[in-house]
Amino acid sequence: MTYDITIVGAGVVGTAIARALSRYDLNVALLDAANDVGQGTSKANTAILHTGFDAKPGTLESRLVRRGYQLLADYAARTGIPLERTGAVLVAWTEEELANLPALQDKAVANGYENCQRLTAEEVYAAVPDLGPGALGGLSVPDESIICPWTPSIAYATEAVDNGATLLLEHEVRAVDVHPGGTTTLHTTQGPVTTRWLINAAGLGADVLDRALGHDRFTVTPRRGELLVFDKLARPLVNKIVLPVPSKLGKGVLVSPTVYGNVMLGPTAEDLDDKTATGTSEGGFEFLRTKGEKLMPVLFEEEVTTAYAGLRAAIDHGDYLIDTDPDQRYLLVGGIRSTGLTSSMAIAEHVESLLQDAGLTMTAKVEVADPPLMPNIGEHAPRPYERGDLIAQDPAFGEIVCFCERVTAGEIRDALTATVPAVDRAGVSKRTRATNGRCQGFYCGANVDACITKHLQGAPR
Amino acid sequence: MTTITTDVAIIGGGPAGLTAAATLAARTSVRVLVLEREHEAGGIPRHSDHLGYGVRDKHTFTTGPRYARRLVDEATDAGAQLLTKTMVTSWGEQNGLNITSPRGRDRVEAKAVILATGARERPRPARMIPGGRPAGVLTTGELQNKVHLYHQEVGTRAVVIGAELVSWSAVMTLKEAGCRTELLVTQHARPESYAAFNLGGRAMFRTSVATRSRVTQVLGCTRVTGVEIEDLTTGRRRVVECDTVVFTGDWIPDHELARTAGITLDRGTRGPLVDSIGRTNRPGIFAAGNLVHPVDTADIAALGGAHVARAVEKHLNGATFPSGGAVPILARAPFKWVTPGLYEPGLPAPARGRLETWVTDHVRAPRVTVRQGGRTIARRSLPWPASPGRVFRIPWDLLKDVDPSGGPVELTL
Repeated sequence: MTYDITIVGAGVVGTAIARALSRYDLNVALLDAANDVGQGTSKANTAILHTGFDAKPGTLESRLVRRGYQLLADYAARTGIPLERTGAVLVAWTEEELANLPALQDKAVANGYENCQRLTAEEVYAAVPDLGPGALGGLSVPDESIICPWTPSIAYATEAVDNGATLLLEHEVRAVDVHPGGTTTLHTTQGPVTTRWLINAAGLGADVLDRALGHDRFTVTPRRGELLVFDKLARPLVNKIVLPVPSKLGKGVLVSPTVYGNVMLGPTAEDLDDKTATGTSEGGFEFLRTKGEKLMPVLFEEEVTTAYAGLRAAIDHGDYLIDTDPDQRYLLVGGIRSTGLTSSMAIAEHVESLLQDAGLTMTAKVEVADPPLMPNIGEHAPRPYERGDLIAQDPAFGEIVCFCERVTAGEIRDALTATVPAVDRAGVSKRTRATNGRCQGFYCGANVDACITKHLQGAPR
Repeated sequence: MTTITTDVAIIGGGPAGLTAAATLAARTSVRVLVLEREHEAGGIPRHSDHLGYGVRDKHTFTTGPRYARRLVDEATDAGAQLLTKTMVTSWGEQNGLNITSPRGRDRVEAKAVILATGARERPRPARMIPGGRPAGVLTTGELQNKVHLYHQEVGTRAVVIGAELVSWSAVMTLKEAGCRTELLVTQHARPESYAAFNLGGRAMFRTSVATRSRVTQVLGCTRVTGVEIEDLTTGRRRVVECDTVVFTGDWIPDHELARTAGITLDRGTRGPLVDSIGRTNRPGIFAAGNLVHPVDTADIAALGGAHVARAVEKHLNGATFPSGGAVPILARAPFKWVTPGLYEPGLPAPARGRLETWVTDHVRAPRVTVRQGGRTIARRSLPWPASPGRVFRIPWDLLKDVDPSGGPVELTL
């Protein structure tokens, strides 16, 4: 079997590309080393759907973020990906930051975003009453939104599979051979995969794969971001995304509500060498505590529900690095940093046009699957445990297994039997939020594990 | 949606809730409904499969599961109705409760509500311990659930964080699961649990205890490979290899419903602020058990449930209790918390006639001082030591000279 196109990397970008290409008469394969989609950079981010107001004007990133915002917002509405338009407030804490606000507003306009408004200190506190003292003013970004970072990859992959794409998980690419005859062989941990076209969406590993194809154009530096997630009972404190004024070091530490009803603080930004260093650190916690206690002192009277670290793929290049090599039938999608969640569908659209430009014959399928309806794990709409209609049809939706997150036996069963199923506890957590709550499994961990074991024993793999 | 009406709704079918239900149902004709979110009622003792239960309330010495079954039987035999797999998810109007169960989404209306939602251990993230996020990191609650209810495997070598009673309970469970405990780690200069138990525990399990130490990092990517421990005296750090880490103690009440009801919480316990008969500041809502003393043993929680049940009975009979002139009882270091947190003149003493407190430091010969308005109103030496990791009890009569208009009462050692 030779695939027409193989995408390496089933993160939010790779799955979005697979989804887009699965709508054509092409044999598409999507490969990942992990046992689930969205397990790398996509798993751990700040979960914001960016308007792109602060991108660098004129860049590909600026264009794709802006376009991606619309595409993903529309897709979320169709599929049930949790999304809430909370708006953001950018807060200036120093005179220098205050002086920067007009330039930021101009930049937003240059990025095609015209809804920012300057705010006085009083207006900032009216918007976020529990903010710590000392804010001098701010800028509103009314369309900045919060989104579930996990459901998009799962939705994209589901739609791709529904349209006939092949999902090859636990396939780690070890070597690549580009053959003169028009095919490429990827040597994976589960044997060779042969393809006509190769798309590199390998995130943190994109530079390594790029070099394996004989290029030397960029280096990915894993930039670690640590985040603290506070208890749901803290949610009334934070109704908007509270952004710092960006500096050269990045976007800085923000406080944000989450679509699951928590409050998040972070991220840190620390360049590392190790692409597997997804642990949290003493220094990171200390930094977040210091920053957080200034931003919102009352937050630290609340319980911390969880802490995590993600690695974003920072590259030595000012923009997304998306480039085709028609001779090798190879397309690189590299350097997609934290905005990749927002821009994912626009990147896929861009990739489609690049492939067409490169001469690939792309015929739209006569019939394509509807976008999948994803289970709701957000607090923006009724969850299954709140729906008498659903429980009446299926009592498993009334059997709450995870008390903190109110996840039902029906949802866990569905996660294990979905088109792109969960295969372990992490997968179930991502799809249902079970064990992600304040007790972290004290009450439900063993029960959730039992559901998984029961399913895996019952179902031949 | 069905509306279930009852006289008393008890949220939580653990020792406190079940005993409150049995007490009310046995003594009165009031309708009592216990709402339990687990498959089975009984609370934590269900999965604490070792001896030590029922001493003070049942005057017996039995295992957790047997004790749990007895409490369930007594409540149902007395006529209380028990709904399992039923979770109260929010409040409706006038103390109404919205519930979810496999039967659907229903509503409960009651004249009085007893919150008996218990307490749990803070998991690792709440303690802000950095490192990887590998599998094999548990609380005692999850460990016991795994081993005793689901018969799942745990690792082979464990480190237990904490050295209090529950920590030894974790060690016993690990042993039963075939997992050796390499080390217990405690910040205190000595293990918190009873001396006899420590000696017995160390001898029985051949486990050592690292005192004046803390865990600074969890190591491992997919599965735990070890923990980094810091000696608080020398600052030296070392790695202890293990595949399982159990975080024990560090209790927090399950106060979600109390908070969402707008009930005032006690800053020390983080449970509802109650007076000596278990009243919260919301009329008709009472609280009992480990929700108000995180945590004491199951038998004490049960006796607390019985105590509050008697107050609820009087409340339903229209008895008017004194209200409004409560004096706050404040815990000063080395006390971490005290409960009840309110002294209401004219009310009966709390359960067993004692204040319950928790200390942060070991005090071998404690001398309790009660002050009000800068004046010492009582002082007494108590013949039992105060030790972190277990409740320290203080006779309620130390408060007999409290001046109802004299402002907050302070408790020190």
